Amino acid sequence: MTIQFNDETFRDDYSFYNSERAIKRFPFPFHEDSYMYSVNMEQHRGGPADSVYEKRFDVDEHYVAEMRDRAMVLADDPLRCQSLPHMTLAGWDLLELIMVSKSEDYPDLFELHRDGNNWRWINKPLGIDDSFVFLDETTLPYGPMEYITRQAQGDFCVLDQRDDNLWMDAGMVTTQADWSLDFDIGMNFFEWHAPVPLAHEKGIFVRALKFLLNIQQGAPARRLNWTMTVNPLLDTSPENYHKWGIQKTTLTPENIGAKQHLRVELQTFFRLPRSNALVFPIRCYLCSFQDIMTVPKWGRRLHRVIRDLPEELATYKGFIDNRPMMLDYLKNFDDGQPTSAGIWPDLETEPSLAK
Amino acid sequence: MSKFTFPESIRSRPVYGTLEARDGSAHLLVADAHGAEAILDVATPEMMAKAHIIYIPKGEAFEDKLRALNAASFYAGPSYAAAEPRLRKALADAKMGLQVYLAGTEGLMGQAQNAAMAAGIPHTAIQTEHRGSIARRMQCVHCKGITEDVETDPFVCSHCGLNLFVRDHYSRRLAAYQGVCIDAEDPGNVPSPKGIYE
Repeated sequence: MTIQFNDETFRDDYSFYNSERAIKRFPFPFHEDSYMYSVNMEQHRGGPADSVYEKRFDVDEHYVAEMRDRAMVLADDPLRCQSLPHMTLAGWDLLELIMVSKSEDYPDLFELHRDGNNWRWINKPLGIDDSFVFLDETTLPYGPMEYITRQAQGDFCVLDQRDDNLWMDAGMVTTQADWSLDFDIGMNFFEWHAPVPLAHEKGIFVRALKFLLNIQQGAPARRLNWTMTVNPLLDTSPENYHKWGIQKTTLTPENIGAKQHLRVELQTFFRLPRSNALVFPIRCYLCSFQDIMTVPKWGRRLHRVIRDLPEELATYKGFIDNRPMMLDYLKNFDDGQPTSAGIWPDLETEPSLAK
Repeated sequence: MSKFTFPESIRSRPVYGTLEARDGSAHLLVADAHGAEAILDVATPEMMAKAHIIYIPKGEAFEDKLRALNAASFYAGPSYAAAEPRLRKALADAKMGLQVYLAGTEGLMGQAQNAAMAAGIPHTAIQTEHRGSIARRMQCVHCKGITEDVETDPFVCSHCGLNLFVRDHYSRRLAAYQGVCIDAEDPGNVPSPKGIYE
């Protein structure tokens, strides 16, 4: 299908919006009426037609605007993209994975022509037509990881695997939920997750690491994670927290439906063939509360999840102060009826709001 | 001086031990201030015959005692920055079997560990022992400036002037803890500073 790319912003006037199609395919992260950490991994082998799971790297209506926003973040702060010296080969692996996947999954938008190591890459939405020599850095305007991730939605962490651990040794991180690549680069799996509450004690990270170390080529995995963001701001970085933190205090009962966004990360994990590194794309989807409420099942469930979330998690996710106002809004969309299992909207089968 | 027991913390926070003499082809000992006491405790004549001591007194009176250990090479310098070229040369010249011992403040140990890692020594092979000041070396996550010897939480970034709270999240690569703006959501509402472990 042809995608109409939105002309929109993720800063200043926040003209970001979701079309009806985008709302229906929003990756609602709660499969039941409550939430706790778990090793919620599954194989990333496609999914329902037009869902965000269908393609290896989902391209949606926000693509062009997100890439514009990324370029602005990098111009302000080049440290958002870093790669330790031993990670260049993994960068080429990633470039190949994305180019092959996108050209196969979206042939009307992307083309890859390969003649030995002489490659030609055509990215129609961004107006790019570059010829280069694969594995020759001098033939690209940026390093391979930076080059391709300036053309791919979501953050990318490239993890080296050694000593039975994963090491955050390269990344492109401009749409993050409040963590710093510049600070965390070089850390191992347990160290960069150190600030997360509760999950260490539950053994989550030990089990997750075991799973990730064993991901094989051609068998990627995925999971959803989530947090809350006031305004559709992609760059919720700690670097800029002193600028955006104040926006959390601008919620009112009148504007909360439009301003408060559920922020969902589609995290995927691919083994890279030459470097044996693991690439960990973290794709961010934003949806306003009022748009989520157009799906009755999601309205009921979001209220229940936020209401019952342990205090540590609401604090860690940064919305403890706004939770009472959120609940005042969300309770209007919870009529107490049961909800169907799973994350899908089930618009045909779930009852409409009886209130 | 008695040793400070750091409270339990998160996985990125360094944990320090007690120096022990290990067999090695050579011994590189780096310390500041009260870290000298850890060297005095671990030193043996056999070790000192193959030892290089790099010491930054920071106003403490241990230099003569350390010198009296008769290390093969002894240096006392005014600051870590001044000592660093010598440390890097020692690491670059090092042969297989070098043992590295670091003692003193977290900032000194972190920076020297960083230099040793850059020379190819795994951080897990480097011994550390905390002595003396419990001040921290802090990176401002906003401006990236490093403030040395931070004793209070919150503190003012010595580069950009933001009020920062002291996190336990630690980067070996930066040899620093992370400082984050404390009043971003309520400008001007800055609690009065307390000692980091108070």
